[in-house]
Amino acid sequence: MSIVEMIERLGALVIDDVAQLGAFVLFLVGAAFYVFVPPFKPRLWIRQIRIIGADSLFLIILIGGFTGMVLGLQGYNTLRRFGSDGALGTVVALVLVRELGPVLAALMIAARAGSAMAAELGSMQSTEQIDALTVMAINPVQYLVSPRMLAGVISFPLLTSVFDVVGIFGGYMVGVGLMGAPSGAYFNGIAANMDGHDIMTGIYKALVFGVVVTWVCCYKGYHAERMATGVSRATTEAVVLSSALILAFDYFLTSILL
Amino acid sequence: MSQTEINHGDGNAQNIRNPASAGNAIEVRDLRRRFGRQQVLDGVTLDFPAGQITTIVGPSGSGKTVLLKHINLLLRPDSGTIVIDSVEVTKLGATGLDAVREKFGMLFQAGALFDSMSIFDNVAFPLVEKTRLTRAEIAEHVHETLNAVGLQGMEAKFPSEMSGGMQKRAALARALVRRPKILMLDEPTTGLDPSRTGAIHELIRRTQENFHLTAVMVSHDVPAVFQVSDRVAFLHNGRTHLNGTVAQVMAADDDVFKRFLAGKASGEENETALAG
Repeated sequence: MSIVEMIERLGALVIDDVAQLGAFVLFLVGAAFYVFVPPFKPRLWIRQIRIIGADSLFLIILIGGFTGMVLGLQGYNTLRRFGSDGALGTVVALVLVRELGPVLAALMIAARAGSAMAAELGSMQSTEQIDALTVMAINPVQYLVSPRMLAGVISFPLLTSVFDVVGIFGGYMVGVGLMGAPSGAYFNGIAANMDGHDIMTGIYKALVFGVVVTWVCCYKGYHAERMATGVSRATTEAVVLSSALILAFDYFLTSILL
Repeated sequence: MSQTEINHGDGNAQNIRNPASAGNAIEVRDLRRRFGRQQVLDGVTLDFPAGQITTIVGPSGSGKTVLLKHINLLLRPDSGTIVIDSVEVTKLGATGLDAVREKFGMLFQAGALFDSMSIFDNVAFPLVEKTRLTRAEIAEHVHETLNAVGLQGMEAKFPSEMSGGMQKRAALARALVRRPKILMLDEPTTGLDPSRTGAIHELIRRTQENFHLTAVMVSHDVPAVFQVSDRVAFLHNGRTHLNGTVAQVMAADDDVFKRFLAGKASGEENETALAG
């Protein structure tokens, strides 16, 4: 291959990547725009809230519970070294509400509901169902993607709150019930040391993660290749990219909100 | 008696209007479309007379499905024009395109039925989403259309519970439920056995007559599909090679078409295939 051909290929790659990035961003803009454009389909929103939100509840309770329990265990063992086991409640609550709650909840929902979203849309793409919507003069982004994005924005903060509450009680069960940390200090510490800013930090993160997960997973599914491995590849890439972006956005949001 | 012209590879066949038809529902002029380095459509010119079934045939890679996707507005050409029901559509925005799409019904190759919906909901879908009909009126339309395609009693079934032929019928019902002016069919008999192929062809002909449609069909099922076609357009290397009534095309003294019918690839076709 000559140098000119190498430069040509490199240039083509860069152009292609920039074009894909542009399409990725425009997809988000379009989906967000159509949330506010009629016709409005509340039954689609409710269906997606059920799938993303209600159907993820058991998983969130399970993971939240165990996360809180581990925090209670580790927190107690660490704080006891410094004679500060009375601060267990504060530590568990702050770590959950500000950080672990929104991040772990988003990762779990991305793995469960996000992968399902990518698979469903990818399957629809490969069987021409999305083309069928277009030919019927129905905007497929408005019909398929916008309800999912809205459902994500609604469901993620709610599920994160459930995660936090269950986790706090999980930490109480282990830290107080099992390890013997002071009972009264657990919840009193939370009331004294947690304020609205801490809670809103977690909510803001959950909102952003809700947009990111639905955006990435819908994009990957919507643009799945029409071949045997297309859907599986789209699903895998959706979960991996969502997870990476959750952690990346977590850092940036934390640096802004601290 | 209408005539046809034959292109022997140096340009596009000119469409001669059939005096018996009521004008053209669709007119394609010098349509060109490239994908990467491959020129898939290389100046296609075709007319689709109103009220007739025009079947597009040709070897694999000749651009049949790409042409159909331009006509049903899923793709935009690099150059050329498409006039549908007197509206030039290639420069229309989203709202304009949707207005034109209201005139279409489309049967996709694999049906494209929505897996999570029953047959009733699939067929009712265009009425639910695009009309203000009451539930009773929608149900009446759906039952009537399912009867027309021979699927009465199948409303509660899901696509996965039906055979390929039944899925095609259900997809055809969905395409017809809004009584479109133009019906497009992308390889409607692919994957079906000969007996079901004949039944689908007969259904297409009966439907076109009963609903007074213009039909544009892409098919590999040659020569069986000629029995239900009024006109045939033979694409070769991204251009219209032959175009006319079935009788005229079948009688044409054209080696490329004869080799296609006989299932042999020409030297030019082999080179094209190897070049990818």
